[in-house]
Amino acid sequence: MRDIDTSVITETIKDMCLKANIELADDVSSKIICAKTQETTELGKLVLSQLTENMEIAKKELIPICQDTGMAVIFIEVGQDVHLTGAPLEDAINEGVRRGYTEGFLRKSVVGDPLLRVNTGDNTPAVIHTRIVPGENVSITLAPKGFGSENMSRVYMLKPAEGIEGVKAAVLDAVKLAGPNACPPMVIGVGIGGTFEKCALLAKKALTRNLDEPSPLPHIAALEKELLEKINEMDIGPGGLGGKTTALGVNIETFPTHIAGLPVAVNICCHVNRHVTRMI
Amino acid sequence: MKKIHLELPLTKDKVQELTAGDYVYLTGVMYSARDAAHKRMTEALADGKDLPMDIKDQTIYYLGPSPARPGQVIGSAGPTTAGRMDRYTPTLLDLGLTGMIGKGRRTQAVKDSMKKNHAVYFAAVGGAGALLSKCITKADIVAYEDLGTEAVYRLEVKDFPCVVVADDKGNDLYER
Ligand code: SF4
Repeated sequence: MRDIDTSVITETIKDMCLKANIELADDVSSKIICAKTQETTELGKLVLSQLTENMEIAKKELIPICQDTGMAVIFIEVGQDVHLTGAPLEDAINEGVRRGYTEGFLRKSVVGDPLLRVNTGDNTPAVIHTRIVPGENVSITLAPKGFGSENMSRVYMLKPAEGIEGVKAAVLDAVKLAGPNACPPMVIGVGIGGTFEKCALLAKKALTRNLDEPSPLPHIAALEKELLEKINEMDIGPGGLGGKTTALGVNIETFPTHIAGLPVAVNICCHVNRHVTRMI
Repeated sequence: MKKIHLELPLTKDKVQELTAGDYVYLTGVMYSARDAAHKRMTEALADGKDLPMDIKDQTIYYLGPSPARPGQVIGSAGPTTAGRMDRYTPTLLDLGLTGMIGKGRRTQAVKDSMKKNHAVYFAAVGGAGALLSKCITKADIVAYEDLGTEAVYRLEVKDFPCVVVADDKGNDLYER
């Protein structure tokens, strides 16, 4: 049994908020830099070089990469041999987000009631997904999510008979509908299987996986590769202005599902695909 | 690609010179407004009140910036999705608004109104807020301060880069 005071979680999350919003993870930034050398359209090249310059300014001057510093999505895995002390876990997480967004000069983009729409002023609450896992560590992934791309995400409840072709059509449909609205080049997170809500969660989780790591399942890795190629043939391009850099990656997560169903969720993310992971 | 340096305010004769696909550097004054500010402006008009600024020949930047650090003019300042403003836009175009900056598609109703009123829709690069903030030389809140990031700012810009997506002739660069 290991005691962890939740104030440590608060401090860690505070730091992660700033880090995630100022600097993209290497897998994402290197894909943008690489795309710049491969893009063929004049406007596409121009947009990609602006994105590269933007990343440099953000890092150097501590200006957020994008003004939409997102709603804080947190995946937290708590080892079952951990004993949490201090403030309740969710309060500690929200306190970390509050401090990170306030002290880090990040935008407060959360309204307290979805219909009354008054800004909470500190970007809380976070969306928290907690799992209890073996061991005595706590692993935290923070993925601030912008809504230009979130708004273009979708769930498709396919019939089993639609199979893999149905999955491909669903993903391509979502990307086409997203088009210029989702600040391409995009990153596509896909969840296949589970239930209505499970596939959406898988899709979100998929966005936090390193873009250089294909799925360990050979048929899914092949699907990721094929979809990325097809998406980049759609001529949406950087900024939606045309070109072959429409997506930087497609990550797919799967889960067993019901004999009657084939749920598919497509979580669209922009090139500002932010995720940071820390272990306590 | 045609590159044009353009001074704001954007008079209708300047609008008529622009074509979808032109690359433009804007210099002058523009105003920020996004969802909540558009809602308030529309409500003000419905109540017979004035808008917070004279909108004739003006440009609205669909923007909700991140807070400025001490010493900075503004925080990160890239465009937000324009389509969410579509339901409010024709009313503003009828009042003389000539320029809009955002990202993403517009409805046919907006494009029809742009044609009728001679207005133009520019896209700035989504997700390049740090870079674009460097083109803003002054930022002052002029209305709805209580809305936080959604307040209306008067912005002075210099060589702000954007591309004409939809012009007043019915062309739309996104529909290639
Ligand atoms: S979709 Fe992404 S890049 Fe575009 S404005 Fe939102 S967070 Fe920024």
